[in-house]
Amino acid sequence: MSKHRNKLWYLLFVLPLFIIFATVVLIPFFIGIFYSFFEWDGFSANPMVYVGLDNYIELIDDGRFVNSAWLTLEFTILSLVLVNVLGLGFALLVTSAFKSANFARTMFFMPNLIGGLILGYIWQFIFSDGFRIIGDLTGNEEVFRNWLTDRDLAMYALVIVFSWQMAGYMMIIYIAGIQSIPGEVMEAAEIDGANYWQRLKNIVMPLLMPALTISLFLTLSFSFKIYDVNLSLTAGGPANSTELLAMHIYNEIFGYNNYGYGQAKAIIFFIVIAAITLVQVYMTKKREVEM
Amino acid sequence: MRLFKKYLKEILLVVGALVFLSPVYIMLVNSFKSRSELYENVLALPETLTFEHYIRAMDRMNFGLAFFNSLVITIISVVIIVILSSMTAWMLVRRDNTLSRILFMTFIATMLIPFQTIMMPLIQFMDQIMSTTGLPMLNTRSGLIFMHVGFNASLAVFLYHGFIKSIPVSLEESAEIDGANKFTVFWKIIFPILKPITVTVIILNVIQIWNDYLLPSLVLTDQSLRTIPLATFYFFGEFTIQWNQAMAGLVLTIIPVVIFYAFAQKHIIKGIGEGAVK
Repeated sequence: MSKHRNKLWYLLFVLPLFIIFATVVLIPFFIGIFYSFFEWDGFSANPMVYVGLDNYIELIDDGRFVNSAWLTLEFTILSLVLVNVLGLGFALLVTSAFKSANFARTMFFMPNLIGGLILGYIWQFIFSDGFRIIGDLTGNEEVFRNWLTDRDLAMYALVIVFSWQMAGYMMIIYIAGIQSIPGEVMEAAEIDGANYWQRLKNIVMPLLMPALTISLFLTLSFSFKIYDVNLSLTAGGPANSTELLAMHIYNEIFGYNNYGYGQAKAIIFFIVIAAITLVQVYMTKKREVEM
Repeated sequence: MRLFKKYLKEILLVVGALVFLSPVYIMLVNSFKSRSELYENVLALPETLTFEHYIRAMDRMNFGLAFFNSLVITIISVVIIVILSSMTAWMLVRRDNTLSRILFMTFIATMLIPFQTIMMPLIQFMDQIMSTTGLPMLNTRSGLIFMHVGFNASLAVFLYHGFIKSIPVSLEESAEIDGANKFTVFWKIIFPILKPITVTVIILNVIQIWNDYLLPSLVLTDQSLRTIPLATFYFFGEFTIQWNQAMAGLVLTIIPVVIFYAFAQKHIIKGIGEGAVK
């Protein structure tokens, strides 16, 4: 009787959430794998044609897809460097004994709370008309012109906005890392005559490696998945030069109505993201054991 | 000299932080300028303070309604996420059997799936549910809330699960011997203890749901249901851009975020840290 009742309680507590979760995440995920083997334009009146692995084979030779993957890689590498240099720099600044450290931390983190879509629009103004007007005023038209209509500069603009958004986030992780360094170690080094750079290089950086690993992989997976900023800042332009993978998949499915083919790209996208994340988890766990 | 150097560093940090936020300054000053004033100098302070562009932007974005929609959708979603995820996580920890472990692993594993992989089949599936059962899954606030709960369940269960593992069972056991049922035990004894992690769950979900653009854009088609990110998107798409008005619109969308940040700064920074490291 009591065992029966316990089972009932279990279901009552677990089932509601699991049903919602399964309906929204699990089942669509499997339906998605299924769709990726079909050719379909998304209209329920039109037939779905089974094509086996053709969608997956086709995308190897898909110039737009491969190009988008390379652009995403370029964007990711640039962001990885800029976000983490800024994040670590900010963290070192605000953990030094400054009176205004709290104020600075608040300011550095602020952009992260504003949604990516809104951030992109703010910067759209700055990089287009804002820069043009500054260029007219200062005469420095080499730098201050519309970045968003230039193929290379548009990519850099995207990197800058994304870094502006994410640097504060990574700063938080680095701060936690810095604060976990025992004060005595730093004091001892100072007494022994180590200067700031020596302490940074020989004590802080090695002890920050776990935080660095986390930040690098988080930046990696965030930048791989970037969509909102991409949409509002450049919308993939000019001439697809900033159409990163997430946007490319969206356009393939909903723009070109290639539901099956686009879904195959989405599955590949999942595999890449999952691989990145799993490597991160593995490395973090391994390091924890070593420490 | 040392003192001077110390103050200099201090000032540099403040100036650095302000330069970092200069885009916010540019947005703010230009939201008050006339067209000609804006094209004269984007960096200068406005000559007069007129709220003309704000009134126009509010009207065009239907800001009041969008704010209401965002607020309702965010609050209800987060309340449901907190209630259901904490209950689920508690059972999964306390009934540590094979089923619980499989369920927990399923929740965690799906965190690897990017939204783009699910979006199309999700909408198809919701459409099917709607046409077979008549449940209002698409183009309704309740449908969107349902999906927000589903997408954010994993992280919430994960955070609660980790926290609950550290709570001793003895408290609950004595209450159960006294005849209290599971429901009472959970809400009277366990849930209050979960407060620190509940704050984290609330913060992370509020930020995520409030700012979400892609999911609502796929689910909601009615103009009257638009959330703030959606209203902003259409505001920028429908009209040829008048930057002063556009900047006023963006300032409006940021005000709620700034207020939230001002009141919950400590919790937000702590919550973000916890959410990221786990």
